[in-house]
Amino acid sequence: MTDLLYSEVEEDLRASVRALFSDRAEPAALIARTETAEPYDLKLWRTLAADLGAAGLAVPEALGGHGASAREVAVVMEELGRSVAPVPYLGSAVLATSALLAADTSQAEVAETLGKLAAGTLIGALAVPLSAAPGAEFPSTVAAAADGTVSGRVRSVADASVAELIVVPAVGPDGPGLYTVDASAAGVTVAEAISLDLTRRIADVTLEKVAAKRVAGPSVAASALDTALVTAAGLLASEQLGIAEWALTETVRYLKERYQFGRQVGSFQSLKHRLANLYTDLINARATARYAADCLASGDDIAIAVAVAQARNSPIAVHAAEEAIQLHGGIGMTWEHPAHLYLKRAKSDEIAFGTPGRHRAALAPLIDLPA
Amino acid sequence: MTTVDDLKRRVADLLAAYPPESTPRQDFLDARFDAGLAWIHFPEGLGGLSAPRSLQSVVDKELAAAGAPDNDKRRIGIGLGMAAPTILAFGTPEQHQRFLRPLWTEREVWCQLFSEPGAGSDLAALGTRAVRDGDDWVVTGQKVWTSGAHKSQWAILVTRTDPDVPKHRGMTYFLCDMTAPGVEVRPLRQITGEAEFNEVFLSEVRIPDAHRLGAVGEGWKVAQTTLMNERVAIGGTEFPRDGGMVGVVAETWRERPELRTSELHDRLLKLWVEGESLRLVSSRLRQQLAAGAPGPEGSAVKVAFSELNQAASGLEIELLGDEGLRYDDWTMRRPDGVNFLGREAGYRYLRAKGNSIEGGTSEILRNIIAERVLGLPSEPRIDKDVAWKDLPR
Ligand SMILES: Cc1cc2nc3c(=O)[nH]c(=O)nc-3n(C[C@H](O)[C@H](O)[C@H](O)COP(=O)(O)OP(=O)(O)OC[C@H]3O[C@@H](n4cnc5c(N)ncnc54)[C@H](O)[C@@H]3O)c2cc1C
Repeated sequence: MTDLLYSEVEEDLRASVRALFSDRAEPAALIARTETAEPYDLKLWRTLAADLGAAGLAVPEALGGHGASAREVAVVMEELGRSVAPVPYLGSAVLATSALLAADTSQAEVAETLGKLAAGTLIGALAVPLSAAPGAEFPSTVAAAADGTVSGRVRSVADASVAELIVVPAVGPDGPGLYTVDASAAGVTVAEAISLDLTRRIADVTLEKVAAKRVAGPSVAASALDTALVTAAGLLASEQLGIAEWALTETVRYLKERYQFGRQVGSFQSLKHRLANLYTDLINARATARYAADCLASGDDIAIAVAVAQARNSPIAVHAAEEAIQLHGGIGMTWEHPAHLYLKRAKSDEIAFGTPGRHRAALAPLIDLPA
Repeated sequence: MTTVDDLKRRVADLLAAYPPESTPRQDFLDARFDAGLAWIHFPEGLGGLSAPRSLQSVVDKELAAAGAPDNDKRRIGIGLGMAAPTILAFGTPEQHQRFLRPLWTEREVWCQLFSEPGAGSDLAALGTRAVRDGDDWVVTGQKVWTSGAHKSQWAILVTRTDPDVPKHRGMTYFLCDMTAPGVEVRPLRQITGEAEFNEVFLSEVRIPDAHRLGAVGEGWKVAQTTLMNERVAIGGTEFPRDGGMVGVVAETWRERPELRTSELHDRLLKLWVEGESLRLVSSRLRQQLAAGAPGPEGSAVKVAFSELNQAASGLEIELLGDEGLRYDDWTMRRPDGVNFLGREAGYRYLRAKGNSIEGGTSEILRNIIAERVLGLPSEPRIDKDVAWKDLPR
């Protein structure tokens, strides 16, 4: 039976993550940080990942994690959307971790790396463009040589600029494989791009004959990579829910405070209906995100659940963030108001792991509605 | 009555006396103004010929074909679109002589000191005070979101001169020298990273009574003229088929076949059709204006223009995929003028968000359409007969 509600444990987890973010990721500080030499807050990351144990939620206890599931990770993602905290959670705890979990975890190398990722002592990234969608062909821009080195280039890798370990899909002499490389190894160049999303950065990774360890061979590499992308796409729906929720809550608050024409602006029926529509979107977004998380946890109906969640929640998050700006008026257009951080995150998330149109196209054969 | 031939002859005379190749730009603009070929519907002596506005395009085309310089409408948009028609309608002969020529010839750039932190949509709620002192007025208050204030010599300014009467009745309109003591302009950064608009602090700024526009207490009436012209200026912007924001996306589509999907194709075509119909609506609007009867469509065109810009620039980011995740430059700068289409996709997407806020929000324009055009009953008003100082805020 699918469970679309939040468990008590999940609510507790949410409460502690939210408390952490409201304490340490306050909007004015976030905006100021975006233009410093340290756009990521790695102290906050340590607290979230290690002290709260959020990085290892989906990792089995035997491998050093908490043995929870995608459902709990989804709760963290919701809070990430609500706070746009600048931490490499998506790259490390979702993408790199999911890829390794889907590889052969009985390999000592894989188990050891997962243990560190789960403990939050190691930051990982998965070398695929953030736009890579589930079901795409195995990437061929990186080649693995017979001597165990990898070479090539991957553009727009999420969270790569702070990663210590990079999981690299590469094509070797015997076919596709997943490799890990030390981000500080000779031959690795990580060039940060100017990202639209100020609180989750992308970077271009160039590898020149970099010493690598193979963690998945031809028989599992492609499916492990796809599992990582499907998981990330499904969980991103929860982040999008968080963005929409922030947008609605803040806009409602503002429109109750703001007076024009001698009235609270929120007393105009035309605006009330807009906010009611956002609420309607929001309950849809929550149900689809919960369903995707539950399916990822149970293994059932994943493909449809993820495609639906992405096709639905991407536009909802973008629309909610756009409405927040519009309904805040001139203040919403300023840099000092945090609304733009959410718009930039929502618009990037719309492209991340496949656009809504792509997910609808992916859905068509699954539900027998061919073009 | 000025005819097309007449205009062509005047243009030929201007070009003969001031050959564009050898005449400095500023000199040419001056000469064009003095020849009455600046805005031909303005009176003689004020850059015009009292000719039908519809014939302006004849002049513009002839001059463009001859490679003549033109003024930069992006830099002086507020002057041309808002200040000039208001000054023409309400100014004294002295004010006409003093302000219109440097405005059109770009010697003096104008900005609009209307909005305040507490008064945006409800412009008539503004609180910047102007108090009479002999031949001067002393003005104190704060304005916000003032586009281009950092580049401006002059501003149109609305103030409160009587707090004891209902809000619409206690306002007075001025022309404010932005270089006067007490005027302080501070950059206000926006979502795009740049500071196109500003906060403006006015501390005991002295404005001579000669720079008042319209009667004391009639500032709202004067401001209404400015706002009407603002909507027409935004909605009536001329762009060619396949131009504007849709044109930019269409160009990317043509150049980048690898990005195409059938879903995006449908959406792009739909937007293209909307763009083409909007082009026709706005040229109808200009024709109505030329015929002297600006229709009520102005507000609707502005709403549609904002929505189209936002949909097209949003689509462009999706279309670009991986590249849509990037931005060109977040460096804070203070641009010379507004350029909606300037820079890259991310900038266009973010800047377009302002289209439905600046110059009257889409919500306010819809209210205007519903109440003033369709005649629907207005919202209950609690601020009509209350003295400004007693309004809830
Ligand atoms: C890019 C940009 C440039 C600008 N340039 C200038 C400039 O040069 N000079 C200048 O003076 N001003 C300028 N402005 C200010 C602009 O005119 C105001 O922001 C605008 O009028 C809205 O006012 P506000 O921001 O106070 O929003 P508010 O009036 O507080 O509105 C908040 C929200 O409530 C809605 N709302 C308000 N009243 C109603 C109602 N009765 N019914 C339904 N909905 C309502 C609004 O539409 C908006 O969505 C600029 C703004 C922007 C974004």
